[in-house]
Amino acid sequence: MSDALIRAIEQPDYKSVTPFRIGDTIRVHQKIKEGNKERIQKFEGIVIQRRGGGMGKTFTVRKIGANGIGVEKIFPINSPSLEKIEVVKTGKVRRAKIFYIRDIVGVVKIKERRKKRK
Amino acid sequence: MSGIIGRKVGMTQIFKDGVMVPVTVVRAGPCVVCQKKTEEIDGYTAIQLGFEKQKEHRVTKPMKGHFKKADVAPMKLLREFRCENPDQYELGQEITIDIFKEGTKIDVVGTSKGKGYSGVMKRWNFSGGEKTHGSKFHRGLGSTGQHSYPARVFPGKKMPGQYGNERVTIQNLEIVRIDKENNLLAVKGAIPGAKNSVVYLSNTVKSY
Repeated sequence: MSDALIRAIEQPDYKSVTPFRIGDTIRVHQKIKEGNKERIQKFEGIVIQRRGGGMGKTFTVRKIGANGIGVEKIFPINSPSLEKIEVVKTGKVRRAKIFYIRDIVGVVKIKERRKKRK
Repeated sequence: MSGIIGRKVGMTQIFKDGVMVPVTVVRAGPCVVCQKKTEEIDGYTAIQLGFEKQKEHRVTKPMKGHFKKADVAPMKLLREFRCENPDQYELGQEITIDIFKEGTKIDVVGTSKGKGYSGVMKRWNFSGGEKTHGSKFHRGLGSTGQHSYPARVFPGKKMPGQYGNERVTIQNLEIVRIDKENNLLAVKGAIPGAKNSVVYLSNTVKSY
């Protein structure tokens, strides 16, 4: 009962997001405000985790930045600043959180998920 | 001044102007005016609001009479809210969260969660002593005062005792969102009490 009421008040904030899975390589378009200017920043990387529920749902994207330094960004999935999510490449992994890719030295190889036959 | 009775639903977070804010969801109203207190009869002016219907057989005879006077169904909770002119309300009139607007501020009164008989560390945030290194002073309160003069403990000395389960008012909480359909209100920040506990919402006493 109380949960249903909490969902009711959160309702306007829920967004329909492009579905993506752990291991996918995605490009996140994020609106960034600088003073009065608004621009869009893209962040491309591998989704390594999705966690939380309701409004607290987030996902983490990891990429290798300049000088080979790993960069991770955590996005709230319902954040109004998320403009768009593009799935660049699907990935096939065997666990829900792929933190092991942090320890991989060199190129992270993730198999591509086969597309469903119609 | 006007107010309304509600119940705490729980906490969550919602986006306001692109920023995530912590909110407490309150199910408030609809309340019914059960009595008008007037200067001539009662010596002060107020309206008495009832919240949540009560089963007929659970109401005592005197209370049944009280509700019959106002021609309203028996209510579980009754509370008075001071107002300068009670004549602008009618007996049996329904009061909903329409009295509040998004972005304005309100005061919230609730009963805090009971913590029982608590020591000074929990109740007054004393720092206590070392747990180890030969220390014999752990969670006590230390000295309670001086010696033969004043030969007593001053009133108000912070000591162990009942903590929580008391009336707490939080002032100037912002209303972040209102859901009129479900009689819901999202108030920024935390409010006292457990989920499902009764809270009273009213216009702010102080305004800055």
